[in-house]
Amino acid sequence: MRRGVFLGLISIVPCLAAGAILAQDAPRLRGPEPFTREVPAPPMQRQVTDDVRVGRNYPDQPPVIPHSIEGYAVDLNANKCMSCHARKFTEQSQAPMISVTHYQDRAGNTLGGLAPRRYVCVACHVPQTTAKPLVDNIFTDMDAITEPERQPARGRH
Amino acid sequence: MDLTRRTLLKTQAAAAAAAAAGVSLPAEAQNILTGEDLHLQWSKAPCRFCGTGCGVMVGVKDGRVVATHGDMQAEVNRGLNCVKGYFLSKIMYGNDRLTQPLMRMKNGQFAKDGELQPISWDRAFDEMAKQWKRVLKENGPEAVGMFGSGQWTIWEGYAASKLMRAGFRTNNLDPNARHCMASAAVTFIRTFGMDEPMGCYDDFEHADAFVLWGSNMAEMHPILWTRITDRRLSHPHVRIATLSTYEHRTTDLSDMALIFKPNSDLAILNYIANYIIQNGAVNREFIEKHCNFRLANTDIGYGLRPDHVLEQRAQHANDAQVSNPSSFSDYAKLMSQYTVEKASELSGVPKERLEALAKLYADPKVKVMSLWTMGFNQHVRGVWANHMVYNLHLLTGKIAEPGNSPFSLTGQPSACGTAREVGTFSHRLPADMQVTNPEHRKHAEEIWKLPHGLLPDKAGYHAVQQDRMLKDGKLNAYWIMCNNNLQTAPNTNNETYPGYRNPANFVVVSDPYPTVTAMAADLILPTAMWVEKEGAYGNAERRTHFWHQLVNAPGDARSDLWQLMEFSKRFTTDEVWPAEILDAHPEYKGKSLFDVLYANGEVNKFPLSEINPAYENRESKAFGFYVQKGLFEEYAAFGRGHGHDLAPFETYHQVRGLRWPVVNGQETRWRYREGHDPYVEKGSGVQFYGNPDKKANIMGAPYEPPAESPDAEYDLWLVTGRVLEHWHSGSMTLRVPELYKAFPGAVLFMHPDDAAKRNLRRGQEVRVVSRRGEIRSRVETRGRNKVPPGLVFVPFFDASQLINKVTLDATDPISKQTDFKKCAVKIVSAATADAGGQQ
Repeated sequence: MRRGVFLGLISIVPCLAAGAILAQDAPRLRGPEPFTREVPAPPMQRQVTDDVRVGRNYPDQPPVIPHSIEGYAVDLNANKCMSCHARKFTEQSQAPMISVTHYQDRAGNTLGGLAPRRYVCVACHVPQTTAKPLVDNIFTDMDAITEPERQPARGRH
Repeated sequence: MDLTRRTLLKTQAAAAAAAAAGVSLPAEAQNILTGEDLHLQWSKAPCRFCGTGCGVMVGVKDGRVVATHGDMQAEVNRGLNCVKGYFLSKIMYGNDRLTQPLMRMKNGQFAKDGELQPISWDRAFDEMAKQWKRVLKENGPEAVGMFGSGQWTIWEGYAASKLMRAGFRTNNLDPNARHCMASAAVTFIRTFGMDEPMGCYDDFEHADAFVLWGSNMAEMHPILWTRITDRRLSHPHVRIATLSTYEHRTTDLSDMALIFKPNSDLAILNYIANYIIQNGAVNREFIEKHCNFRLANTDIGYGLRPDHVLEQRAQHANDAQVSNPSSFSDYAKLMSQYTVEKASELSGVPKERLEALAKLYADPKVKVMSLWTMGFNQHVRGVWANHMVYNLHLLTGKIAEPGNSPFSLTGQPSACGTAREVGTFSHRLPADMQVTNPEHRKHAEEIWKLPHGLLPDKAGYHAVQQDRMLKDGKLNAYWIMCNNNLQTAPNTNNETYPGYRNPANFVVVSDPYPTVTAMAADLILPTAMWVEKEGAYGNAERRTHFWHQLVNAPGDARSDLWQLMEFSKRFTTDEVWPAEILDAHPEYKGKSLFDVLYANGEVNKFPLSEINPAYENRESKAFGFYVQKGLFEEYAAFGRGHGHDLAPFETYHQVRGLRWPVVNGQETRWRYREGHDPYVEKGSGVQFYGNPDKKANIMGAPYEPPAESPDAEYDLWLVTGRVLEHWHSGSMTLRVPELYKAFPGAVLFMHPDDAAKRNLRRGQEVRVVSRRGEIRSRVETRGRNKVPPGLVFVPFFDASQLINKVTLDATDPISKQTDFKKCAVKIVSAATADAGGQQ
């Protein structure tokens, strides 16, 4: 929420007559000014590891991963993600079970376990860092359109 | 006003009590939506990103895209999207969208050194037309050029091709697809006489072995990778072999990873050919009936500027494309040099692994699908590499049937549909025709209802040449549309940027966002993107697919199609065509380019009433006819009956795409094979009918070294590329917070030993320095890419780390595609460099 307000304030600063951008990060989007200048590389960002679920922008959005996955094996022998998110392990891990869609093959038949086409979790689910967005995104949640006065407090970005 | 947790609980409690009492509360007191509020308008569209061509369902509410998901009915992806595709909903809503034209001005006038200021479209086109006319008058049509895109819709590319070639009479039109798959496109024509794959994605469900040559599909074609992992994990006999210069997510799921030294893939390919020959695995009947043998000119240079020592020294720099008829025995003799020992020595891959790989190709019972992307195409011998993999499939007859498939993947959504099929390359016309062929030009002039002799006969400047000519002041009026070339071209500090800022040149950039390229332009035109316009793309498996305009673009942003057609109104034929042509054909005199190119009786044939009333169509309303349909139907005339048949326009709005040739309403999944392809004559089995003798060419070529290799000073290989979360230069994905936060900036992937040797730690700031330029980055010794000692990888999406200031503008001399995968760099600590004042 705080970030939403912050970006909202920035957005009234005119920049190129075209919306909001955080000046110090501008090179990430628009390149250095002038082009030939060398700019320092910002520090690498820390991973979000708070395990707090992040709301989805719309029902079909794959949830982002609120923990580190460094060193997780997803290879021909093992899929580390499934050691917590598989149906049979969620009681002990208290992790969300993989979606029911993940049991279906290409033809829509339900299988006895994770569908092989869904094996590479990170093709859709990505961890997050603490990086601040470079520019506000004015995507509107469908709920804000249908019932604008009844929004839970969530940063819009 | 926000609904707090407390009021939410109160509302829910009230709802529960009311339900118990059998009373229904007013809508605002309910905690779920009912009735109309639930309804979203769902429409199909292809994904905006890579060449896979996934189907997406797009949900619209009150004029805004509010949701997207993978289309269950789309054959390509059956309900799946990758993380970028799942976030398509947000790509149009970066808050710095360009909403009005901006021009560099001083005192109310255009000034090359002025500040960007907002102006009207009229003012923008006035200045642009003035500059175009000045340049045409002073320096002629060859001083006008355009750099387009494999992201253009089919009709945008087609309208641009007409405007440039027939309007301004120049072939200086090239797409950014030149950087992406020119090597593949050129080799298709050289081998089969026709562009694009014979197979299709259905091969994924039929192959027994997948061999990936320079392709990290797990990150770059994630949805096609789901089809391979599905096949591999569902059928235990299936094998995946991945060849690359470093380990990555694709090698994680491969049975075999062959990590080779840059450029030595050529030696590995020739070794496999040799293995096939030596072990009696040649399909004699197939090669006798269906193949010719040729040997390529060798020592062909590196596509650098002609005065470069490497070009001066090369024997065949000027006739690199030439090859000569040969025989199986001569070809076999050339291949015989490539023993397993030699291939292993050149590549660094253990002999046993090379042999295991060769066996996959040689075993007649194993159906092999070879896949490749930028590792092959962005290669100083990219055309040869493409030839060499076809050679393996042709020698064994493992081609053009389910599961046996050499398959070139593409990086852009319409690299095939627009760049190749429409022919927006500097040497091409629609349907594989060439600008240098008088018959082809004549045919185009007839379809376009234009006077004979109008179309220019000389191939125009290709991408890298355009940059060089801008710098040298030979190309002066330049329109960049739908790409971010100042970030993605090679050696930009020396060869690209100087041309944009050359005072002799007027540079226009059309883009939805203020990119690096836009910021270096003289005039920026705000552009409608993706579902803000009606569109059509063609994916890597020959699938043509359409979408409707679903929302309006913000402010004054207009589609590339509108921009091209509206700009054409500013010119009359008298201003741009030679007097002798007009004297011979006086009926064209005094007409605007819009009249002769678009209001020509064909393009404007379909009335607005044919537009589906459920959808907006801004361009058609602006011009008074169904422009997309008119352009498409005129364009389709080039290919119908010639092996490029497209279905009627309306069909594509109904179906999830069709793979051409579409004959009698049926798409073609495997070309050149009887029973699958209606163009193959009965009883012939296989016909490579793109060539007059209906045979494919097996092309012999040797291993040759790269243009630049590491030495004592610049001691590391630099490889550039992409990451899963960002698409190309990142102008869309960096503006989606979830994607940005997932991979917020480029890093330098480096082997821990190489870092230790230089006293560098993970996260430390370094300078990446080549002979061309340098950037600053951060060392990453862990993570998804595991590079071997001696090699570093830097992705190119981050505009604050413009790695293409460092890369070399060496190209394949035949395809003119840049090699972004190998040059020599050194890595120094930024702190040391600052303190010591070095480099």
